[in-house]
Amino acid sequence: MTPATGTTVYENARIIDPSRGIDETGTLIVADGVIAACGAGARNQGVPDGATRIDCTGLIIVPGLVDSRVHIGEPGGEHRETIASACEAAAAGGVTSIVMMPDTSPVIDDVALVEFVLRTARETGVVRVYPAAAITIGLGGAEMTEMGNLRDAGAVMFTEGRKTIANAAVMRRAMTYARDFGAVIDHCTTDADLAGAGVMNEGLFASLLGLPGIPREAELLPLDRDLRLARLTGGAYHAAKISCAPAADAIARAKAGGLDVTAGVSINHLTLNENDIGEYRTFFKLSPPLRHEDDRQAIITALNDGTVDTICSDHDPHDVDTKRLPFAEAEDGAVGLETMLSAALRLHHSGDVPLPRLIEAMSTTPARRLGLDAGTLRPGAPADFAVIDVDEPFVLDAAQLCSLSKNTAFDEARLTGRAVRTVVAGHTVFAA
Amino acid sequence: MTASADHPLYGHRHLLGIAGLNYPDITTLLDRADEAVDISRQREKKKAVLRGLTQINLFFEASTRTQASFELAGKRLGADVMNMSVASSSVKKGETLIDTAMTLNAMHPDILVIRHGAAGAAALLARKVGCAVINAGDGAHEHPTQALLDALTIRRHKRRLDGLTVAICGDILHSRVARSNIILLNTMGARVRAVGPSTLMPAGIAEMGTEHHVRLEDGIAGADVVMMLRLQRERMAGGFVPSVREYFRHYGLDAAKLAHAQPDCLVMHPGPMNRGVEIASEIADGPQSVIEEQVEMGVAVRMAVMEALLDPRRNLTVAS
Repeated sequence: MTPATGTTVYENARIIDPSRGIDETGTLIVADGVIAACGAGARNQGVPDGATRIDCTGLIIVPGLVDSRVHIGEPGGEHRETIASACEAAAAGGVTSIVMMPDTSPVIDDVALVEFVLRTARETGVVRVYPAAAITIGLGGAEMTEMGNLRDAGAVMFTEGRKTIANAAVMRRAMTYARDFGAVIDHCTTDADLAGAGVMNEGLFASLLGLPGIPREAELLPLDRDLRLARLTGGAYHAAKISCAPAADAIARAKAGGLDVTAGVSINHLTLNENDIGEYRTFFKLSPPLRHEDDRQAIITALNDGTVDTICSDHDPHDVDTKRLPFAEAEDGAVGLETMLSAALRLHHSGDVPLPRLIEAMSTTPARRLGLDAGTLRPGAPADFAVIDVDEPFVLDAAQLCSLSKNTAFDEARLTGRAVRTVVAGHTVFAA
Repeated sequence: MTASADHPLYGHRHLLGIAGLNYPDITTLLDRADEAVDISRQREKKKAVLRGLTQINLFFEASTRTQASFELAGKRLGADVMNMSVASSSVKKGETLIDTAMTLNAMHPDILVIRHGAAGAAALLARKVGCAVINAGDGAHEHPTQALLDALTIRRHKRRLDGLTVAICGDILHSRVARSNIILLNTMGARVRAVGPSTLMPAGIAEMGTEHHVRLEDGIAGADVVMMLRLQRERMAGGFVPSVREYFRHYGLDAAKLAHAQPDCLVMHPGPMNRGVEIASEIADGPQSVIEEQVEMGVAVRMAVMEALLDPRRNLTVAS
């Protein structure tokens, strides 16, 4: 990302910078794509000659969101999403950095593919794209990828994308090997046998709908295994998207035991529950499945107490062909880059989660976990930030989404608050 | 070579491992081996100290080099040497290790040299036969003569072992050479570093008296000796390390990495080498390499061990 030239001053904004514990009215000064000053103190620095002044009265400036789990169709599924279209969607949602999942076709398991992603992003993308590489060759769950070489090439973490490694010995060696290279293993846990043919959360509601259920234990068994392996290996482990109360308990215990473990949750599981499926609405068919309201409440509590570290969009574009099917036959997943912020603001407006905590979990914490130079408004950092109007009400129209796929779980949802401007390296890449 | 009487009586009946040997034991064997080197360098290479004695080399794993080294050592000391390799033995017909041992024992050998794929095989054999047993490698457990020949090579170059920093690099998890060397070097007062990816480190490596380093550059920084270990082919593809090219890039010894060690650092390898996997040819054949010398020291060490075990002052008779 080539930094912008010149100086821009954003005045009279409420500035929330969780990386420094700041929540105050102040000024943000950007010089040549880098944050020159930020906060209440910056108001007294004066405006340099020739600087552009932007009044942000009534708006909030936050570090650009860092979305740690984004599926993209390029290479191999460009009709669903390209790197360029995903970047447009991100910019529209206040997201300035995305971590791209490796489950493309071909799989990102080789240095050449990491370089392809970085090059394509540089040439076509308006936000920063960080490739995650596969843990095993071809996501086959057997042979480790060249983690050392991939890391050197720019892979920021290792993950199997939607898949779970079934073989504990493979997982153990991967965690051990990744540790040597200072890399985080990100894992989404589903026991394929226990989940079986299940398509939604197991329970009364699934039974009433006549749909096969997925018990929470399908998520918990491999998660518990991974946490034990994290202890055995000392490796850095990120539970990609936990969805239920006992998973949060397991993470809390692991952290109390001093393990290098963090946990994420998708915005969907924070703001929706199984009842949203209603009359077989396939855009709510996700993996892990939307759970009971009690689980959602437990995850919110875990987010507030720090057990859950990060919020991701789990952006997963699918075209209509694969979503407009009978519920059990439809693909899992929903797009989320453009709606993550607005959906998260529901928790702010409801009083469930303080705004700074939401921003921290969507920006500062994921950046810190992966060692990215992002998620902060500290002077000297790249000028990646979002200007938010938290009180603007709107009804989401899926047709207006930038994503090439429109499979949102928030179509026609009433939302309050959105990004009105997104800035990357000093460039305004989105303005409402 | 001076007479056995010039050396302290060696107090062990077998050589099953370095574990159990103390500083004087090892020093005695190395002193004897120093003398054996001179014999091997003479035109007349034969002594008669083991004349009339029978040595059987029992190799359940193919190893041309080690077997040849033991055979030559025995012959130079005047022993009658018989080689039994698994291909020609009745093991393939289903005979157990102990049955084989008892059969051989009935032939009254004086020394049995055993190489076996299972850890503990040499010790098992030693309990069942009436002669001296030398472990020529048992599984991932020990390979004592290799550690002794490595120590001899180092001592002849550095004049000492204590205080040296020795980096053992590569697949320590599966290496009997590494285990024997770690024990020997610790006993002799050297500082030992274990270098390699954590997937190739045995559990408790730090408690074995080593300092574990993940990066080769860090592990050999300032080292006096670098020992490279062989990476078996079957470990290369995705199980323990992802690929040969990644392994060589991060853990293969080349000139750039070797520059981190002392300028007079010795480069060693127990052989057979995988050039381009754990070691670059320029290093294997370079001025700091003592890999060929290790082979020479191997014969001398094995002569010394056999002579010490069959010291006539012990007046050993074959138990029956």
